[in-house]
Amino acid sequence: MSEPITPSTGLSGSKTEDTLHPGTEPPDSLTGELRRRVLSINLAVTLLAFVLALAIGAVLIAASAPSVIESLGYFFARPFDTFAAVFNSVYSAYSALFQGALLDVNELREGDVSAAFYPLSETFTVSAPLILAGLAVAIPFRAGLFNIGAQGQMAFAAIGGGLVGFGLSLPAGVHLLASLAAAMVFGALWAGLVGLLKAKTGAHEVITTIMLNYIAIYLLGWVLNQDWFQREGRNDPISPILNESATFPLIFGGGLRIHFGILFSIGAVIVVWWMMTKTTTGFRIQTVGANAAAARTAGMNVGRIWIVAMLWAGAMAGLAVSMNVNGTDKVVTAGIVGNIGFDAITVALLGRGSPFGVLAAGLLIGGLRAGGLAMQASTGTPIDIVLVLQALIVLFIAAPALVRAVFRLRGKTADSLTIAKGWGS
Amino acid sequence: MQLQLRGITKRFGDLVANDDISVTFEPGQIHALLGENGAGKSTLMNVLYGLLQPDAGQIVVDGEPLVFHSPAGAIAAGIGMVHQHFMLVPVFTVAENVELGAESVGPFGFLKTADAARAVERVSAEYRLAVDPNAVVEDLPVGIQQRVEIVKALTREAQCLILDEPTAVLTPQETDELLSIVRGLRDAGKTIVLITHKLREVREAADVITVIRRGRVVAESVSPQTSEVELASLMVGREVSLVVDKPSLEVGEPVLRVNQLSVYDTLDRAIVDDVSFDVRAGEVLCIAGVQGNGQSELVEALVGLHDRSEGRIDLGEKRIDGLSTKGILDLGVGYVPEDREHDGLVGSFSLAHNMVLDTIGESPWSRRGVINYGLINENGQNLIEQYDVRATNAQVAASTLSGGNKQKVVLAREMSRSLRLLIASQPTRGLDVGSIEFVHRQIIQARQSGVGVIVVSTELDEVYALADRILVMYAGRIAGVVTPDVGRDDLGLLMAGATTS
Repeated sequence: MSEPITPSTGLSGSKTEDTLHPGTEPPDSLTGELRRRVLSINLAVTLLAFVLALAIGAVLIAASAPSVIESLGYFFARPFDTFAAVFNSVYSAYSALFQGALLDVNELREGDVSAAFYPLSETFTVSAPLILAGLAVAIPFRAGLFNIGAQGQMAFAAIGGGLVGFGLSLPAGVHLLASLAAAMVFGALWAGLVGLLKAKTGAHEVITTIMLNYIAIYLLGWVLNQDWFQREGRNDPISPILNESATFPLIFGGGLRIHFGILFSIGAVIVVWWMMTKTTTGFRIQTVGANAAAARTAGMNVGRIWIVAMLWAGAMAGLAVSMNVNGTDKVVTAGIVGNIGFDAITVALLGRGSPFGVLAAGLLIGGLRAGGLAMQASTGTPIDIVLVLQALIVLFIAAPALVRAVFRLRGKTADSLTIAKGWGS
Repeated sequence: MQLQLRGITKRFGDLVANDDISVTFEPGQIHALLGENGAGKSTLMNVLYGLLQPDAGQIVVDGEPLVFHSPAGAIAAGIGMVHQHFMLVPVFTVAENVELGAESVGPFGFLKTADAARAVERVSAEYRLAVDPNAVVEDLPVGIQQRVEIVKALTREAQCLILDEPTAVLTPQETDELLSIVRGLRDAGKTIVLITHKLREVREAADVITVIRRGRVVAESVSPQTSEVELASLMVGREVSLVVDKPSLEVGEPVLRVNQLSVYDTLDRAIVDDVSFDVRAGEVLCIAGVQGNGQSELVEALVGLHDRSEGRIDLGEKRIDGLSTKGILDLGVGYVPEDREHDGLVGSFSLAHNMVLDTIGESPWSRRGVINYGLINENGQNLIEQYDVRATNAQVAASTLSGGNKQKVVLAREMSRSLRLLIASQPTRGLDVGSIEFVHRQIIQARQSGVGVIVVSTELDEVYALADRILVMYAGRIAGVVTPDVGRDDLGLLMAGATTS
């Protein structure tokens, strides 16, 4: 039955699919090669984007280091001084960054294990909400929706989680779970509204999530000034402290902030992975994301699937804010969400929308954040450099052609892009 | 102008799209380039038109080897091309479109559109094209738009005209007119290259035929007197039967009754206007018509994909208008959508997953929401064997398949359910002869098993091959319902808007 490969007509990038006949050559040849290459380029692009961002970050660190600027003053007399200063500033900043994210080598030498592992504990603590919020962006992403609203969903969820956390008295454990459930339900409602609006009226989710972000954030600010939410005797927007029974216990204690929330975070990654790959819900979400028209033609209720994806997203956002409400802060403030809802977009993009990718990306960004603080403390390099790194990573991932060009990776050739369409195919 | 291609070879990676192709186009001749989709005709013409550079071989114009780096070079050498998809700006007039890309300006940079208009008039009169230079292109019928493309080439002094699948969008009458225009151009000494896969036109219009298969010339200087069956065999490389064996069958009760169905667009214009008909068990009802006369919307309304429709639709004894698509499919309706890439398949999904797109929520593929991928893959493997889908296994992504194999996947999915009604919209558009044969056999097989079948088609050959009854649509209305013994001319007239008396 094996027939030779049918020659292609206009072989313009996306058109190749019409022209390749798999199964007509030994497996692993043309199609296999093509798919493998595309996949490997994507992974390579992700990693190289990180490398490229570090390289540009190095330039910025060197350019702003006082020692470098000083040595430039006598560059022509002793040029080597400048090079040494550049190397030293970049090396010390990045080594502080990595030590601050992973392991404090000096403390380890001195035998203080707890202090040595403080950086890793911080990385996990910072990562926990980032991973969950990353899932809140990644799940709708797989359904073809761009959820910019994790920020608002988290803010709204903080109200629910906080109310249950400080307002009720329940046995330990049960109280924590009740508070988490309330946050997840609140988050899901806020996100589900976006899905509902999209399904019923076609309102674009980017617009509605941005608007709902404002509403949720100001709503949280208003709630914090109400008698039933504000801490007694305080005039500033702050809630009562959560009952001990509603907080995540610390895992190690002894100055390490890492709490059991990180396990919920990793658990959620596994649950979402299972949902996406093993259940009809995940299948439908992926179908709608890959080709909504085909999903509709096959009888799927696209609107309902959008709503379901947003409900999942909101629940994850609710759990994300609980990492702060029930974990690190134990209190609800106007700044409880920080910037996590927006950093989540970076995490989801970096993780290419897959649950385990989000886990890795969340740990990476969390590590950069934790390390950035240590870097600022020990070398005086501003923590803003971490934000620059993060922004650069997203930029390069969003423009893979740029990365390919810099590293001369093989991609689509110009030849295949210039062909006119519509040739007999 | 004599145009010669000598040993043209073009590779895309491991793929040899053109393998040492040599062919000579003589002036005063209509030379048909016949081949299936993907045979390499288009690559060859892209090379000729300067859009692609050949890896080997040369282009010789009147004995002089030339190299074209862009279409501009080809145009300058006197080669004109009429693309399958017109390259016209809809809101511009004919004259403006013609001058586009070769504008001449007077003092102060004002366009000399009047010159262009005069050129259009001159060419139009010379070759009897009847094109009004001041008409706005979007107001013109498709057949005239195509002539604008021809005029455009002729005003640039084209001596050689390449027509790429020119009749794909035309009614039978428009096709006849086009062919007579092309004959006129030939008699005026132009070199005409006609790229097509339609055997009838080739036999009617061509002076000489070259057949291309898998990037090679498999037959040259073929006479147009060659029979269609012989030409088809040359194209495909094996014996093909152009006539579907269609045993006569007792038709049963109506399975589908459509009563006063209207479908509206977002501006409340009726796209389908008060249409009533029925389909009986064991018959093939072909809905014929030139594209864009409401057939697509009619079918979408039948399967619940159009939310702006009114009227009554009954499937058997159950009323189905207003039901969800899922509800309608579950009642035993199979649907092969018009655009299989866009609506029929998820390109990034494996074949096995595509086979269960509409039944994923049902046992045995899933229980309580948890999917049994083992069964799904097994089912996919069985179906690709049963429906002769050419793929290594059911795990490859659907987007890697050829058009014919994609359609087989859609058919396999729809026909593996138990059906009462099968709706196939343009089931063979863009497919090669071999796949068309397969699809037609499947449709007839469905009919034999007592399923009511609706086939929407713009191809008369297909309509005649399959139909038990033909329903012709024009401007959203039923222009007539006829039996397949009606003549081609009469059917063409119905498609052009004449009503049955």
